[in-house]
Amino acid sequence: MYRKAEDILETSPWQELTTGCEIYEGGTSRLVKTGEWRSMIPSWDESKCKQCLLCTPFCPDSSIPVTDGKRSDFDFDHCKGCGICYKVCPFGAIDWKEVE
Amino acid sequence: MIMSKRDRLSGNEAIATAMRQINPDVFAMFPITPSTEIPQYFAQYVADGKVDTEFICVESEHSSLSACIGAEAAGCRAISATSSAGLAYMSEVLYVAASCRLPIVLAVACRALTGPININHDYSDSMSVRDSGFIQIYAENNQEAYDNYLQAHRIGETPDVRLPVMICEDGFITSHALENIELEDDDAVKAFVGEYKPENYLLKHENPLAVGPYGTSPFYMEARVAQAEAMKNAKRAILDVAADFEKTFGRKYGFFEEYKMEDAERALVIMGSSAGTAKAAVDELRENGEKVGLIKIRVFRPFPGEELAEALKNCKAVAVMDKSEGFSSMGGPLFAETASACVNLENIPKMIDIVYGLGGRDFTVDHTKRVFARLEKIVKTGETGPVYSHFGQRDLREEVQ
Amino acid sequence: MSDMIEIRWHGRGGQGAKTASLLLADAAFMAGQYVQSFPEYGPERSGAPITAYNRISSERCSIHSNIYYPDYVAVVDETLLESVDVTSGLKEDGAIIINSEKDPKELRPYLNGYKGRVFTIAAGHISRKHLGAYFPNTPMLAAVVAVSKCVDPEEFLKNMRESYSHKFANKPQVVEGNLKCLADAMKEVRE
Repeated sequence: MYRKAEDILETSPWQELTTGCEIYEGGTSRLVKTGEWRSMIPSWDESKCKQCLLCTPFCPDSSIPVTDGKRSDFDFDHCKGCGICYKVCPFGAIDWKEVE
Repeated sequence: MIMSKRDRLSGNEAIATAMRQINPDVFAMFPITPSTEIPQYFAQYVADGKVDTEFICVESEHSSLSACIGAEAAGCRAISATSSAGLAYMSEVLYVAASCRLPIVLAVACRALTGPININHDYSDSMSVRDSGFIQIYAENNQEAYDNYLQAHRIGETPDVRLPVMICEDGFITSHALENIELEDDDAVKAFVGEYKPENYLLKHENPLAVGPYGTSPFYMEARVAQAEAMKNAKRAILDVAADFEKTFGRKYGFFEEYKMEDAERALVIMGSSAGTAKAAVDELRENGEKVGLIKIRVFRPFPGEELAEALKNCKAVAVMDKSEGFSSMGGPLFAETASACVNLENIPKMIDIVYGLGGRDFTVDHTKRVFARLEKIVKTGETGPVYSHFGQRDLREEVQ
Repeated sequence: MSDMIEIRWHGRGGQGAKTASLLLADAAFMAGQYVQSFPEYGPERSGAPITAYNRISSERCSIHSNIYYPDYVAVVDETLLESVDVTSGLKEDGAIIINSEKDPKELRPYLNGYKGRVFTIAAGHISRKHLGAYFPNTPMLAAVVAVSKCVDPEEFLKNMRESYSHKFANKPQVVEGNLKCLADAMKEVRE
């Protein structure tokens, strides 16, 4: 049974789970919008950013997308607002505030 | 029908022979008495080039089954063998193997658990993990241990089952006793067992797979129900494989063996090598015209409750023989299952539990007759007496013996 | 199973009583019999008393208990007579076979009043003569066959030649030594 992870929901009856709860694809954590869990939120000031990319590997949720060697704005669907990027940025290009 | 070869082997060598014939992909092992000879024989097969199995010597039983879990998830046929404390140490990962639905086959030479420390036979070890989700199949002798092993992979690998299987033999009594055996031809065994072709596995590159996820409460219950359903499906698979085994090799197996039960008024429910000893007692008592019989449980998980109740329904008195102590203060695990199987019968036989044979305490033909004599008293008086008692211990209370 | 023969072996850990029981089962198996050979296991301690058993019959035996009323008892180490009740349950119409250079009469006082037949065999002496070392189990095996007739003695010798030739394919001199042990023991066992 090749049921996709996106089709396995909290409303699925047991017959619609996979055997042993196996998951037959990669990167399924994308489906879980952990951004909803935020109580704090980072913001990125592109003008202060030197593109040193120190923030990217520190992000525990892979929520700082990098394309062609340059970061862009946060993936707010998945950023949990932990503030680590704010702490490690050497140039004050990341701010971190309460969600309004 | 294929011709089999007459030989004489111990239970351990019989199981090792079955393993050699099946030629599994991975054998992860850590030695413990009395199952040690199984990997020992197998290591020789590896050294002699008789198998191309990856033979992994790990540092503990927790690791041996963990290695099997990794290997089986990767798409391999993985096996191990253990006993007693080794099985207890494995117990955490037994649940992982079963819930990940990985059809590993584990040979268990059943031995007492500590304490006092003891290396001899009873079912403390296998019974302590009866609820781990493994299928459990028990043998009376070396032949059955061999035959059960040949059927194990196919049962476990059945697509709507996909559960690990424990093939249990009695430590020392079966594992170390040399007896006659009919061995099947290597090619015939390979043809019967077949290739392992899982639908999904970790090394299938075109289909990435994640195994063993975290199951939050919205999913855990559903996963367990699915596992319970798989165990129910195993009943059909066990009978299907047994039917094909009989067709191929000529030896018949079911959930249990009914021995002289047709008109039996008094019966034992018993497991393993003791069942063989008890059969000799049944034969002797039958010669005196006594209507006695026995049921030898082969499959303990899944437990064949309905079928057992049907087989016992005409009995007047039944003694359930438990070779492990459950410390429930009301009987051992086989009694609990048998009693609950019979609870909806219209005429429930009088039923007692006898815990016997712990830590290698011998059980003889004469002992069996004493149990039948007690059942006779129950039938005559209509009084069940103590439902739960021990047998074979030195005891100041004369009445319990 | 009226033709079933039950044998109990007494020895000391390391002397080969268990092996003798296995060899006897092998010999009976080769003669077309149903066999059981099993030891009574405890912690393995060299020199400690051990017990091993054989059942031999023309039908498969389903009994898996120890043997309490043996037809024959084989004692691989004479010193056990003082510490172990070797004739316990031994049938009066059976026999006991003891590895000893003594006359059976001399040993009877140590057998708790056993009234059946008593045999001795100088197994150590025979083994030293033909194998140059103390392997009493081979002569003991032959003595048990000679006394119990649980296997036809001639067929036994023939099967054992085959078995040893296979087992010691690279050491043919050992084959002859072992066979001489067996043949001598069958002749020299005395009542």
